[in-house]
Amino acid sequence: MNLLKKFYYGDLPEQKASANDPSLTGEGREGAAAWPLWEIFIRSKQGLDHKHVGSLHATDAQMAMENARDVYTRRQEGVSIWVVESRHVHASNPDDAESFYDPANDKVYRHPTFYDLPDELKHM
Amino acid sequence: MTPNQPINISTNQLFNYTLHLADNNLILGHRNSEWTGHGPVLEQDIALSNIALDLVGQARNFYQYAAQLKNDGSTEDTFAYLRDANEFKNVLLVEQSNGDWGKTILRQFLFSVYQYYLYQQLEKCSDRTIASITEKALKEITYHIRWSSEWVIRLGDGTIESHARMNNALHELSEFTDELFIPASYEIEIARQGIMVDPVFINARWREKVEAILREATLPFLSEDNNKQSLSGKEGQHTENLIHILSEMQSLQRAYPGCEW
Repeated sequence: MNLLKKFYYGDLPEQKASANDPSLTGEGREGAAAWPLWEIFIRSKQGLDHKHVGSLHATDAQMAMENARDVYTRRQEGVSIWVVESRHVHASNPDDAESFYDPANDKVYRHPTFYDLPDELKHM
Repeated sequence: MTPNQPINISTNQLFNYTLHLADNNLILGHRNSEWTGHGPVLEQDIALSNIALDLVGQARNFYQYAAQLKNDGSTEDTFAYLRDANEFKNVLLVEQSNGDWGKTILRQFLFSVYQYYLYQQLEKCSDRTIASITEKALKEITYHIRWSSEWVIRLGDGTIESHARMNNALHELSEFTDELFIPASYEIEIARQGIMVDPVFINARWREKVEAILREATLPFLSEDNNKQSLSGKEGQHTENLIHILSEMQSLQRAYPGCEW
């Protein structure tokens, strides 16, 4: 069961994985494994919001920005980039899912569908 | 289209110059592409491959224009795949071996800065095709300078080992930088025609920019009397490196002429 454990961004045990997992210590990976991980957010031409597109390794914010440009915008995907070091992302624990999300299941009244709208109100 | 159509001397010099611009980019693009799949880290592998693609793309534009000038049925592929080393007009700097990451970075930096100031002049030149190709390329080159100069600074002002490697790269490449500013016969001719400025003109700007970055990288600047190189790549005299590049790059077209896939 433990084998199926899924890691989410922010809780990936990077140091442990790189030290023990031979698949991550192949030729040339030693350098990159020692570099911090960054999360990359791109805003497309049409979009108003930055969307998470993936992650990469870089020594500092400037290199992360340039790597993001080279890895994630080579097919005109974006016009703006945000980079955030992964260690600054705090993710919810999947084990908390029941107490976090299930209670909302039977509370349909939280959706604004129970109000009678006056006829004068258009475009709702 | 008659194959032996005589072309006048001025067209001929513009043709030679266009090939020279194309060859510089093709050979450096090919050198950089040798890193694809072998980069030190995934992200930089992609970064250098992107630059290789930019350079080959620029080379294609120039080759297509050269084919148009020649007007004898030649295509961009004829120039890239069916010429011998002594017909290539690229500068010696771009054909030098990749060496380690530091040498590849430094070669790119020295060439990109040269390309930047040269293309800034060409962008304003009287030949409209060259002007538009270089205008488009300048955006790419601006990024190449940014990317390569960051690395020169990072490695030069890095660890004892990275500094030593950059020093070594500087030593190996400095003998090939003077050639950039020694005009070839066709450069003198097209400068005379007012298409292009004399390459000597951009030497000072190149030096200023390179010096500034090297200073930040705590690396010594290449001394003026470093030029021990007597060959002129621009005139078709090359180091052995180019023969190896071409034998790999052209092997398919040489073995199966006209093949497509």
